[in-house]
Amino acid sequence: MLKSRNLIEPMDLSVEELDEIFDLAEEIIKKPSEYSNICAGNLLATLFFEPSTRTRISFEAAMLKLGGKVIGFSEPTSSSIAKGESIADTVRTVSCYSDIIVMRHPKEGAPRIGTMVSEVPIINAGDGGHQHPTQTLTDLLTIRSLKGGFSNLTVGLCGDLMFGRTVHSLMKALSRYENITFILISPQELMIPEYVRKEVLRKNGIKYEEVRRIEEVIDKLDILYMTRVQKERFFNEEDYVRLKDHYILDNEKMALAKEDMIVMHPLPRVNEIAVEVDNDPRAIYFKQAKYGMYVRMALIIKLLGLD
Amino acid sequence: MLVINSIEKGIVIDHITAGLGAKILNYLDIDTSEHTVAFIMNAPSKKYGRKDMIKINDVTDIDLSDLGLIDPKATVNVIENHKVVKKIRLEIPERVVDVIKCKNPRCVTSIERNAPHVFVLIDREEREYKCEYCDDIVSMKGDWQNEIMRKEWLRIKSRK
Ligand SMILES: [Zn+2]
Repeated sequence: MLKSRNLIEPMDLSVEELDEIFDLAEEIIKKPSEYSNICAGNLLATLFFEPSTRTRISFEAAMLKLGGKVIGFSEPTSSSIAKGESIADTVRTVSCYSDIIVMRHPKEGAPRIGTMVSEVPIINAGDGGHQHPTQTLTDLLTIRSLKGGFSNLTVGLCGDLMFGRTVHSLMKALSRYENITFILISPQELMIPEYVRKEVLRKNGIKYEEVRRIEEVIDKLDILYMTRVQKERFFNEEDYVRLKDHYILDNEKMALAKEDMIVMHPLPRVNEIAVEVDNDPRAIYFKQAKYGMYVRMALIIKLLGLD
Repeated sequence: MLVINSIEKGIVIDHITAGLGAKILNYLDIDTSEHTVAFIMNAPSKKYGRKDMIKINDVTDIDLSDLGLIDPKATVNVIENHKVVKKIRLEIPERVVDVIKCKNPRCVTSIERNAPHVFVLIDREEREYKCEYCDDIVSMKGDWQNEIMRKEWLRIKSRK
């Protein structure tokens, strides 16, 4: 059993609870048929106050594969919100006839309101730029399954490290394990914010390095986590054009990397990973999406208390 | 020294750090109440050199524990029949509801009516509080005047 009834931020879960979820996810991967009916009779509601097709489909697929059913809305225009209903009232109503709620909202902390009134567990599927815990669980399960654990890893994080919440959450989650080294690869403008340096890195005594180009460090990495570098984040077009190639992964750069390095990406990608890299066995970002569904399956089972 | 008549029944907020009295008055929304209120600024104090002081007539049954957020050094004395019947030492509160208003425009409290504004103490030394929804951090040591929500109890009471 998990201590918390809800999942609002990744740190709601202890290292032990995470392991329980990942153990279950790996069990499901091995014997999917044993779990194909475990959630029969349960209804999952997806309340998406802001559209995110990818995340919603992943949750719906997870529930359907467990034999449960799904209801919900995918954007606020079609919901009662458009008529001015409060978040609290919407969640309270839906919790009367569903067994678990997945909620995405553009405002920070919105799922917390849900937990105050809901009769059933709430999973945060993203609240503005704030938290997206199931993305972090996805990343962690991927790492555990493909690298055998979380300790003694050198993890390169590349791209927009200033605004990228997935990167901050992943760093925070990984900082709980032994002997992690981060190599932070970003343009000057998009370096990690000072509070992450202070609260995550220095506070936990984590080794880290900040560099400008993938080529400089790719040979040292066990994991390369790529994120998008958005044009709008730069002060001017010139800088963007000058710098962007340093943050695009292609076969030439992959040739410098270790044989067993893995390339991760939260998807969707734009152009930061050249399509030619997709055929490299080290490119596991589509597999990562699959792990995302499995970890959501495990989480749903756990929160419903069906394990 | 300025002499203010002692009160028969009421509340005396004493040992307020000089300069914070006005903030407490504002928090209590006293200017809209009909109670007799005495506000003394920069009174000499044995303990702190200078202090502010607030006396409110005829009110005794109110919870002022949240005042520790503004000034943990202040004390609250409840007076009945000219005597101190209760002395409350204020403390830095661990959690406050509807006292600090979250100023993060991306926070859900900016759009959800009726959502309580909840802040939790994260650093006692710096008196830093974190919004329970968006994790926005405010320090009560700094200039936080606008973040304090006004209490309305005095106004409500004086209406009847
Ligand atoms: Zn807030």
